[in-house]
Amino acid sequence: MARFGMVIDTTKCVACMDCVVACKTENEVPEGLCRDWIVQEVKGAFPELQMEIRSERCNHCDNPPCVDCCPTGASHVEPLGLTVQVTGDVCIGCKACLASCPYDARYIHPEGYADKCTFCMHRVVEGLEPACVAVCPTRCMYFGDLDDPNSQVSRLIRSRKGHTLLPEAGTKPRIHFLT
Amino acid sequence: MPVLSRRRFLKISSGAVGLTAAGGFAGPNLSELMAAPVPGDEIRTVPTFCDICFWKCGAIAYTKNGQLWKVEGNPEDPLSRGRLCPRGTGGVGAHYDPQRLTAPLLRREKRGQEEWVEVTWDEALGFIAEKMQVIKKTHGPEAMALFSHGIGGTFFKQAFKAYGTPNIAAPSYAQCRGPRDVGFNLTFGEGVSTPERTDIRNAQCLTLIGSHLGENMHNTQVQEFAEAIEKGASIIVVDPRFSIAASKAKYYLPIKPGTDMALLLAWMNVLVNEELYDKPYVEEYGFGFEAFQAEIAPYTPEWAYPKTGITPRMIRDTAREMARYKPASLVHPGRHVTWYGDDAQRSRAIALLNALLGSWGRKGGFWSPVSMDVPGYPHPPYPDSERGKADNPGHKYPFADGALTTGIREATLTGEPYPIKGWFVYATNLMQALPNREETIRAIQGLDLMVVVDVIPSEIAGWADVVLPESIYLERHDDLNVEWFRDPFIALRQPVVESPADQKPNWWMARELAKKLGLGAYFPWNDIHEYLDQRLQAGGYSLADLEQHGIIRGDKQPVFFDEGLVPEFYTPSGKIEFFSLQLQEAGFDPVPKFNPPAEPPPGHFRLLYGRAPMHSFSRTQTNPLLAEMMEENEVWLNADIARRLGFESGQYVRLKNQDGVVSNPIRVKATQRIRGDCVYMVHGFGHTARGLGKAYLKGASDAQLITRYETDPLMGGSGMNVNFVSLELEA
Repeated sequence: MARFGMVIDTTKCVACMDCVVACKTENEVPEGLCRDWIVQEVKGAFPELQMEIRSERCNHCDNPPCVDCCPTGASHVEPLGLTVQVTGDVCIGCKACLASCPYDARYIHPEGYADKCTFCMHRVVEGLEPACVAVCPTRCMYFGDLDDPNSQVSRLIRSRKGHTLLPEAGTKPRIHFLT
Repeated sequence: MPVLSRRRFLKISSGAVGLTAAGGFAGPNLSELMAAPVPGDEIRTVPTFCDICFWKCGAIAYTKNGQLWKVEGNPEDPLSRGRLCPRGTGGVGAHYDPQRLTAPLLRREKRGQEEWVEVTWDEALGFIAEKMQVIKKTHGPEAMALFSHGIGGTFFKQAFKAYGTPNIAAPSYAQCRGPRDVGFNLTFGEGVSTPERTDIRNAQCLTLIGSHLGENMHNTQVQEFAEAIEKGASIIVVDPRFSIAASKAKYYLPIKPGTDMALLLAWMNVLVNEELYDKPYVEEYGFGFEAFQAEIAPYTPEWAYPKTGITPRMIRDTAREMARYKPASLVHPGRHVTWYGDDAQRSRAIALLNALLGSWGRKGGFWSPVSMDVPGYPHPPYPDSERGKADNPGHKYPFADGALTTGIREATLTGEPYPIKGWFVYATNLMQALPNREETIRAIQGLDLMVVVDVIPSEIAGWADVVLPESIYLERHDDLNVEWFRDPFIALRQPVVESPADQKPNWWMARELAKKLGLGAYFPWNDIHEYLDQRLQAGGYSLADLEQHGIIRGDKQPVFFDEGLVPEFYTPSGKIEFFSLQLQEAGFDPVPKFNPPAEPPPGHFRLLYGRAPMHSFSRTQTNPLLAEMMEENEVWLNADIARRLGFESGQYVRLKNQDGVVSNPIRVKATQRIRGDCVYMVHGFGHTARGLGKAYLKGASDAQLITRYETDPLMGGSGMNVNFVSLELEA
C-alpha cells in the first residue's frame, strides 16, 4: 500500500506563493484561510545570512495526533496513500485537532468543520499531482510514495541532505525539506 | 474543446454557485466559484496567453459549468513550459475583481475628483472623436499622445498612427529597461530585448546585480534560475538587500547603493590584469580593446573597496569565479535598471563585462532571438508627420532609440517643441510609473482631452475626462504574439468567458474610434477573427489550429555561434565596442566611468523599491486572490538601526522624503536582510484612487516619494533611486 509524502527542495523555492494561490483556486479554500503557506527562516546577522524558504502544509504524519485526539473519527487515515483526511459531515468543530497539531496546519472552515491540506487526493486519483506541486514554476516540489524505494521522493530523500519539521514532536511527518 | 469530467475525493460542501453575468456585480464568493468539481460538472478548457504581466505566458483556462474556474500553464508554450507564476494562477481573480470598471464614464466634476456619469459606448467614443478632431484642426495631429503598455495597445497604436501622431510612448522604456538596451546596443549593436535573451538555464556562473529573480517573477527566467540552481551553477548576487536570490548565492556582495559601476570597473580590471578574459573571443570580435584596457587600469579592487564596501578579496574571488566558467558565465543585464541616471553607461559596463567573459552569442550566456514569419494585416500607409516626435527635441538625448514618456510630459508642460493637447492612456498607471507625480498632474491639467482605458479605476483613470472599461485578457482576443525567443512560436489570446458587464476589448474600441475619426480604412476587417485568420493564412498557418492549441511552434534555428549562428555586431565598427567612438564623438565617456552617488542627509535613508512575485506593478492590488497573498507592502529597515531608532516590526510609520512629501502609513519590517543606509519597499501599493476598494490607502507608494529623478544624458531614462526618506511613527 502506498504511503504518500512530499519532498520540497528549499534551495530552488523562491517563495513566490504560487503553491498557495493554486491551492486556493483548485480547492475551496475560503478567503483569509490557506492550506499551505510560505516560511522564510532567516539566520545570522547582515550580511552573513542564511535563509531557508519552505512551502509548508499538513504533514500527513505517520503518527498523527489530530487523528488520535478526534472524538468523532472525522479526522482519520485514509487507506489510499495513508493520508490524513477530515470528513466534514462528521466533524463537530471541537478544535481538539487544531490544538494537537504541532504544525498549525488546520483551520475551522466557516461552515464549522476542521479543514486542511488533502494532498489534493481528488487530483491524485485522476493520476495528477497535487495542485501545488503541479503549478510550481521552480519545480521544487515532488509528490509520491515514500514506501516505494524507487520513487523519486524516496530517491531524493536518500541522496540529498534534508530535514523534517519538529521531528522531536514524535509525529513522524511525511514532508521532507531538502537543503 | 475537450470536455473533462472529474469527481471530488472528499465531498465536504456544495458545488458551484452561479454568478449574475451583468449588472449588480457585487463581490462573488470566490471560494465557491473555485470549488473542486463534483460529478456532473462540465469542465471546458481554452488555451490562451496571460496578461497579468507583459511576459505573455501560454495558459490553459478552465471553466466549470460555464464559469471561470482556474488557469494553468500551457505545456506546449516555451515561455510558461506548462507552469504559470502566482499572478498567472491568480488571473482568475482579475475576472472576478469586484473593483472592475463596468461601463464607459464621462467626467462630471474637475479632473482628478473621480466623479463621473455612466454613458454609452457611442457617446464616449463620439466625445473622444470630436475632441480629437478639434485638436487635430487647431494644433495638428501630433498634439495627441498615446501612452500604451503591452500587446493590448497594438490596435490603439494603429489608430493613432493613422490619425497622424508619432507621439507614442510607454514607461517600459524611459522608466524601466531603456537604458539597458541602449548600453548593450552601444556595445554589441543589439539590445537585450524582451523576453531577455539570457541563457540562464545553461549558465554555470550567474551574476545578478540588483536583479531580484524570484521576487521579479518573470516566469521563464525564474524557471531557468531554479534549473541553474539544481545543476549547481555558481551564483553571485550584488544587492544592498539580502534578496531571495541572495539566499541562493555562493557569493553575496552587500554593495553600497549607487556604486555598482565601481564594482563593475574593478571586476573588469581584475579580468584584464590577471588575463582571465576570453582572449581569442576579444581578439576576434573586439574593437578598441587596448584603449579600453588603458582606461580601466586605475580601477583596482583596492580603488573600489572604499566606494562599494566590497573587500578587494571578495572582488577578486568573484571575478575569478566568473572567469572560471566562461563563456557559460552570465552577468544578467537586469530589467528595471532606471536607478541613478547613469544607467545606460552602467548597462554598457555590464555588457563589457559579458564581452570579456565571451558570453554574448554563447551557450550559458546570451542567445539570439528568432521568430516566425507572420505578415502584418495590410493597411493604407500612415500619414507622415512633418514635425516629428515631441519627446526629444533637437536629439537632446542622442542615443534615445525609443519614445520618452517624460519627454512627452515635458512637451505638454512647456508647449515645446510644440503643444501636446491630448493624452490617451492605455493600460499603464502613469501616476505610479512616472517620477514626480506633481509634474504629471500639472501636465494633465493643461490638456484639452484626457482618456484612460483600464480594467480598474486606477489613479490615472481618476484624472481622465473619459474612462473606457476594458475586458480582461480572459474575455477577449488580442493580436497574435509572434514572439522573438530562443524557440520561435506564435501564440493566440482568445476569450474564455464573457465580460461580466459592459466592458469591451481593445481592438473593438480602437476600430470604433477610428471609424468615428474617418479612419475606418485602416481597420479593413469586420471582426477580430477575420483579422487573425487573414494574418495567419498569409503566414501559412491556421487559426483553427491555433484556437485548439494556443501555440504553434516553429522549427528550431541556430541561436548560438557554435550552433552555426553567424557572429554579427551591428555597431559602427561591426565589432564589440570596448571603446566607443560614437560615444566619444557625442561628448560622452567612450569607456564607462564611476560617478559617486549623493550621500543621504543625516537621519535619512536611500529609498529603494522592487517587485513582489504575486503583484504586477500597481495593477493587481484589487485582485482578490493576489491581494490575499500580499495585501500591503512594508518598509524594510535594518533591524539594528530599527532598534536604535525605536521602531519595531509591524508598527505603522510614514515616510517623509527630502522634499517634504509624506507617504501613507506603511508597516515596518525590521530585518537583518538590508543594509543600514537604505530602506526598501515593494512597488505598486499606496493607492489613492477611491474606487479601488480594499486596496485604497493600503501601504505606501514609492512613486509618490520619487519627486526627484536623474535623467540619463545618453537616452533620457529616469534614474529614480535618488530619493531619501526619514521615518515617522504613525500616531
